[in-house]
Amino acid sequence: MEKRIGVFVCHCGLNIAGTVDVEQVVEAVKDYPDVVYAGNYIYMCSDPGQELVRTTIREQNLNGVVMSNCSPLMHEKTFRRVATKAGLNPYLLEIANIREDVSWPHENEKELATKKAISIVKMAIEKLKRNVELTPMVVPLHKRALVVGGGIAGITAALEIASAGYEVIVVEKLPYVGGHAAQLAGTFPTLDRVPCLMAPMIAKMISHPKIKVYTNAEVDEVSGYVGNFIVKIKTSPSYIDEGKCNNCGLCLEKCPVTCPSEFDCGLAERKAIYITPPETMSQKVLIDPGNCLHLNGDECRACEEICPTKAIDFLQQGITVEKTVGAIIVATGYGLWDKKNIPEYESDPDVIDGLQFERILSPSGPTGGDIRRPSDGKVPKQIVFISCCGSRDPEHGFTYCSRVCCMYIAKQAVLYSRTVPGGQAYVFYMDIRSDSKGYEEFVKSAMEEERVLYLRGRVSKLFRDGDKIKVWGSDTLSGKSVEISADLVIMATAMTPREGAIALARKLNVTVDAIGFLTEAHPKLQPVETLTTGIYLAGTVQWPRDIPDSIASTGGAVSKVLSMFSRKELLHEPTIAWPDEEVCSGCGICASVCTYNAIEIDPIKRVAKVNEAVCESCGACIASCPSGAMRHKNWNARQFMDMIDIATGAYV
Amino acid sequence: MRIEISTETLYSDFVKKVEAISEQTLISCYQCGKCSAGCPMCFAMDLLPSQIIRLAQLGLEDDIAKANTIWICASCITCSVRCPKGVDLARVMEALRLITSRKNIDQVQIPEIPKETIAQLPQVAMVGGFRKLTA
Ligand SMILES: Cc1cc2nc3c(=O)[nH]c(=O)nc-3n(C[C@H](O)[C@H](O)[C@H](O)COP(=O)(O)OP(=O)(O)OC[C@H]3O[C@@H](n4cnc5c(N)ncnc54)[C@H](O)[C@@H]3O)c2cc1C
Ligand code: SF4
Ligand code: SF4
Repeated sequence: MEKRIGVFVCHCGLNIAGTVDVEQVVEAVKDYPDVVYAGNYIYMCSDPGQELVRTTIREQNLNGVVMSNCSPLMHEKTFRRVATKAGLNPYLLEIANIREDVSWPHENEKELATKKAISIVKMAIEKLKRNVELTPMVVPLHKRALVVGGGIAGITAALEIASAGYEVIVVEKLPYVGGHAAQLAGTFPTLDRVPCLMAPMIAKMISHPKIKVYTNAEVDEVSGYVGNFIVKIKTSPSYIDEGKCNNCGLCLEKCPVTCPSEFDCGLAERKAIYITPPETMSQKVLIDPGNCLHLNGDECRACEEICPTKAIDFLQQGITVEKTVGAIIVATGYGLWDKKNIPEYESDPDVIDGLQFERILSPSGPTGGDIRRPSDGKVPKQIVFISCCGSRDPEHGFTYCSRVCCMYIAKQAVLYSRTVPGGQAYVFYMDIRSDSKGYEEFVKSAMEEERVLYLRGRVSKLFRDGDKIKVWGSDTLSGKSVEISADLVIMATAMTPREGAIALARKLNVTVDAIGFLTEAHPKLQPVETLTTGIYLAGTVQWPRDIPDSIASTGGAVSKVLSMFSRKELLHEPTIAWPDEEVCSGCGICASVCTYNAIEIDPIKRVAKVNEAVCESCGACIASCPSGAMRHKNWNARQFMDMIDIATGAYV
Repeated sequence: MRIEISTETLYSDFVKKVEAISEQTLISCYQCGKCSAGCPMCFAMDLLPSQIIRLAQLGLEDDIAKANTIWICASCITCSVRCPKGVDLARVMEALRLITSRKNIDQVQIPEIPKETIAQLPQVAMVGGFRKLTA
C-alpha cells in the first residue's frame, strides 16, 4: 500500500522553537520519500493543535503520523488517542522527541540542534514505515486484593477495599495484627489513647465477611501479572488446636521457659507458650517454636499435660494456600535502628529507645501505666530525650530525617510530665520538625505548659554514675556545655527499612532504594505505584511517616486498586516480544533473562512461548537470543538498522 | 566549662524573681533572635539580648551579671514591640537590672574613671549614675 505520512512539528512555545528552527525541520522533511504533509504549530497538544492533527489525517488520508514534540512519556497517549479518533490505528503514530533529546540539552548550539532534530524526525519516519497495525490485548482481571502487612496502613487498606465490595486477603508475619501503632501509648498531637483508635479497626477487619486474615504467615511466592497475580501464602503452625483451646491460661503458668516479650520490646517476659497481646484484639494462645523445649528435642510436655481441653498439638503443620489476586498492596512497615550502634552512649538498662518508652507509658504496658525505669523500678525524676539518633548522621547512620521522632518526643514528654509530678523532661535536639496540622502548637505547649526544657545541641556522651546516668551535651543557644544527671534516657533512634524488606521486594519484583525502603514509580506523579503494574505501596514501607501520613498514602494506594477494579477488564500494550518459531532452537536463554518470567519453552514444540499479558516489552530476550528468533512487535531489527543508517548518515 | 542543669537551676529563686518582676514567662522565648537583630545598642553589648534571655531560662544568673548587656540596654522597647512570641524583653532586662543592682556589687569603679571623663560629665548624671551602679 502507498505510504502517506504526515509530520507535525511542535514549537512547544519557545521550549523547542527557541532552540530548534522548526521551519527548517518542516522544509527538510516535506519532500522526504513517502511524506505527503509536513507542518508546524505552536502547541500541538492544545485543542487547536490536536484538531489540526485530526483533520489533516482525514483530509490528507494519512496512514502514518510522526509527531515531533516532547517525550513519548508526556504525550504519546494523547496523540495516539487523536489518531484513533481520526480513524488511524494508534500504533501507526510515532513520536520524534525533539524537546528532551534536542532543544533542552542543546540550548546553546542552535545549528546543531536543528540538524539533530531533522535526523530524529527522519529516523521516526523510517521506523514508522515498517510499523504494523496493532490492538491492545484484553487480559482478565481478578477483583480480589492482597495486602501484605497488618499494621495500621495494611488494616486501613483492607477495610477500604472490602467496604467497596471486593475481597481482600491480609498476610501478617507476626501472630497478631496492629503493627507498631498497637504498641504506642498515645498519639500526637491529640493524645488519643491507641486502643480507642486501633481496637475498632482491628475488630472490624477480623470480622469482615470480605476480609481473610492470615497471621503468622508470609508470602512465599508471587507469579503472574497485574489482574492475575498468583500468590502462595505459607502459615506457621501455632501448635494449638484453636477449636479446642478456651484461653484458660493454665499452660502459661506451667511452662518453664521465659523469654523477652517482643510486643513489650524486651521490657517484660513471656512464656514459650503465650497469649497474643490484648491491644491486638486477638488473644490467641500459641507456642513459640524457637524457645519451646519440646520442639527443640526436650522431654518437656508441661503444657500438654496440664491442658484440660487437649488443645496442644506438637505435630501441627503450617498450611500453604494459593490465591489469585488482581492487585497487591505492600504495607510491611518500618524497623528501628539499634541503639547499640552509638558506642559513646553507654549500654544501660535505663537507656532505652522510643518504642520501649511507649510501652512504659502505656496503661497496658509492662508497668501497668506507672512510669518506672527498667533497672530498679524507681520513678524517674529527670528524663532526657536525645533526638536524631542515627538520623541526620551521615557518618554513623543515615542522611535522612526520620520525620516522626520530634513529635513523639514531645508527646512522650507531655505524657510523662502529666503523670510524674515534679518530674522534669529535657530534650536535646538539632531542629524541631513539627510540620503538620496542630503539631507546632503541640510542641510549644510541651515547652510552655509542661515546662519541657529543649536544649539545642547533640549529646556527646552518656555514662553511668551511681544511681544516675550522666548526660554530656551542649546548648548552642547559650554557648554552654551542659551536664544533666538523668534517671532515664530515651534515644529517638532512626526509622529504617523493615528487616526482610529487600527479600520481599525481590519476590514481588519491585525496587528498593539505596537504604532499603521500597521505591515508588515516580517521586511526584506516581507516589504510591511501584514500577510493577498492579503493586502499590502504603505507609512506612516506603519512607518514615506518622500515622496520618501513612493513612493518606494508603488512601492513594487504595484508590489505584479501586479504579482498576472498577474496570471490566484490563488492556495490555501489544508492542511485545514474539518468537519466530521457525528460527527458534528452544535454547531457553531468553527465558533465563526475562525479569518478568514471561517466557516458557514449549515442551513439545521445543520453542519459546511468550506470555503476552506478562511481557513488559523490555527487550532483554531479543538482545540475548543467539539465533535472532525473538522479535519485538513494531521494533524489529530492520527498523533499528534503518534508524541507525539515518543517525550515522553524516559519517558514511 | 561544663555546667550542670537541673530542676534547681531551672526553677531557682532567681528565675522565679525575674518572672515575677517582669511578669513574663521566660520559656515563651523560642530563641529566634529577632530582638538581637533589631537592638540599636547591640554593637556595644558583650552578649546579645536573645542570649541573655536564654541564660535566664537556664537560671545562669552569674553569666548575666558578668555581661554588660543589661546596662547597655537603652529600654527603647524595640525588642518588645517586634518579638513574635509577645515576650516583653525590655521588662525582663529591667527585672535583671533590679535584681543585679540589689546584689550590692559596684558596677563602676569610681577611681578608674578618667579625670577627663569626669570633667565632661554633668554632676547630676554622675550622682544619678553612682546611685544606680554602686553598692
Ligand atoms: C516510638 C515511636 C512513637 C510513635 N508515635 C507516633 C504517634 O504518636 N503518632 C503517629 O502518628 N505516629 C507515631 N509513630 C509512627 C507510627 O508508628 C507509624 O506511622 C505507623 O505505625 C506506621 O504503620 P505501618 O502500617 O506503615 O507500619 P507498621 O506499624 O510497621 O506495620 C507493618 C506490619 O507489617 C508486618 N510485616 C512486616 N514484614 C512483613 C512481611 N514480610 N510479611 C507480612 N507482614 C509483614 C509487621 O509485622 C507489621 O504488623 C511513632 C513511631 C515510633 C517509633
Ligand atoms: S512443651 Fe514447650 S510450651 Fe509446653 S510447657 Fe514445655 S516448653 Fe512450654
Ligand atoms: S524576639 Fe522574643 S522570641 Fe525572639 S529571641 Fe528575642 S525574646 Fe526570644
